[in-house]
Amino acid sequence: MTVINATSLPEVLSALRRHPGARLVQGGTDVMVEVNFNRSSVHDVVALRRVNELRRWHVDEDGRTIRIGAGVPYSEMERSPLRELVPALAQAARTVGSPQIRAAGSLGGNLGTCSPAGDGLPVLSALDAVVHLQSIDGSRDLPVHEFMLGVKKNARREDEVIVAVTLPLLTGFQGYAKVGTRNAMVISAASACLVHDPVGGSLRVALGAVAPTVVRTRQAEAWLTSRISLEGPLTVPPAIAREFGQRAAQECSPIDDHRSTADYRRHAVAVLTERLLLRAVDYGSGVGG
Amino acid sequence: MSNEFYRLTVNGVRHDVQDAWAGESLLYVLRERLGLPGTKGACEQGECGSCTVIMDGEAVCSCLVMAATAVEAEITTVEGLSSNDEPTDVQRAFVEAGGVQCGFCTPGLVVAVHSLLDRNPEPSELEIKEAISGNICRCTGYGRIFAAVEQARDQRRADGRR
Repeated sequence: MTVINATSLPEVLSALRRHPGARLVQGGTDVMVEVNFNRSSVHDVVALRRVNELRRWHVDEDGRTIRIGAGVPYSEMERSPLRELVPALAQAARTVGSPQIRAAGSLGGNLGTCSPAGDGLPVLSALDAVVHLQSIDGSRDLPVHEFMLGVKKNARREDEVIVAVTLPLLTGFQGYAKVGTRNAMVISAASACLVHDPVGGSLRVALGAVAPTVVRTRQAEAWLTSRISLEGPLTVPPAIAREFGQRAAQECSPIDDHRSTADYRRHAVAVLTERLLLRAVDYGSGVGG
Repeated sequence: MSNEFYRLTVNGVRHDVQDAWAGESLLYVLRERLGLPGTKGACEQGECGSCTVIMDGEAVCSCLVMAATAVEAEITTVEGLSSNDEPTDVQRAFVEAGGVQCGFCTPGLVVAVHSLLDRNPEPSELEIKEAISGNICRCTGYGRIFAAVEQARDQRRADGRR
């Protein structure tokens, strides 16, 4: 086993070329569990911890999007100013593991591992994030739903590194909610992210831990669009909110496993989606925030 | 860099780590190679917090840090919190408030609480709970641990160490 401590992006890219199949390690919170319990599973490692390019974020020039480096830790997303810029991401970040895990974990790691329960992933999906990949030969930008392919499967090639994600900066409500067996230090049994864009007139929901990869509930979204106006503050009759949650839950394909059952997961995402929609209504009417 | 040899900076002291398997966790290297057994190991998957150390100013689980990647980092373990061989204010508060029973989780908690109070000198009850949510104690039921953190917080305030 070889560990390469890269200190710049070009170093990462040339190391990936020289060591095909090397594991990229940012915070280590996923990889080290594997290493600690199955020493033989990891061979060459390219460590990203000291690659400063991956740990920066900036609001793009037009002020409409934000680009967040793949190595920015969750602890930074929980805090100002990222908390105000992308509230759903901050909420999701705050539910990841413990403070110790959040100081190390990152969106690059979440995307790289591509677990269906990754807390950052429903947020990226609901916001229609773009994932930026780079190799020594060039770069690729992929919509996040084309990047995530299945349980722990993604579209990254062996010679590529995930460098950043780009997200829109929106003015409306956005929220993340998850269900697990305790409040802290828990992997989602089910999770949901809802984003309302009152200017563009859209409302998007993504569900986690209820399918091989994160699910965007496009049919439910289209149904809601046909029922109510999504421009400006939301007015949603309770029956519509309830049906929206149920329709969203129909789009997932959960399984029974050691964390939960398929039935409970389907029930949970219906409740979470309805709840988030009602929070979005309160937000627009000044009740919540 | 190949890994026959690398250097870690722990509690201000530079250590050479030689002939180590490159995948070893920082927890393992601290305890088994550098003679610093204050950091405890239990779950080895970031669930229990007993291996908490401070790395570049952030509390992290040392079991989830690949030691060979921690070169150039400033690492502080429970052994390095006190500068004079006396217990720190947090350690004293844990003893006085009865926040220690079997003691296994204590080093990780003490490190996590130092990290909290250094960052946020006036944590609320919720902030204290959130800050140590990754440190599991199976003896105390946490009540006396919360009391210890509040005592350390209040003592720092009284001492003007804010």
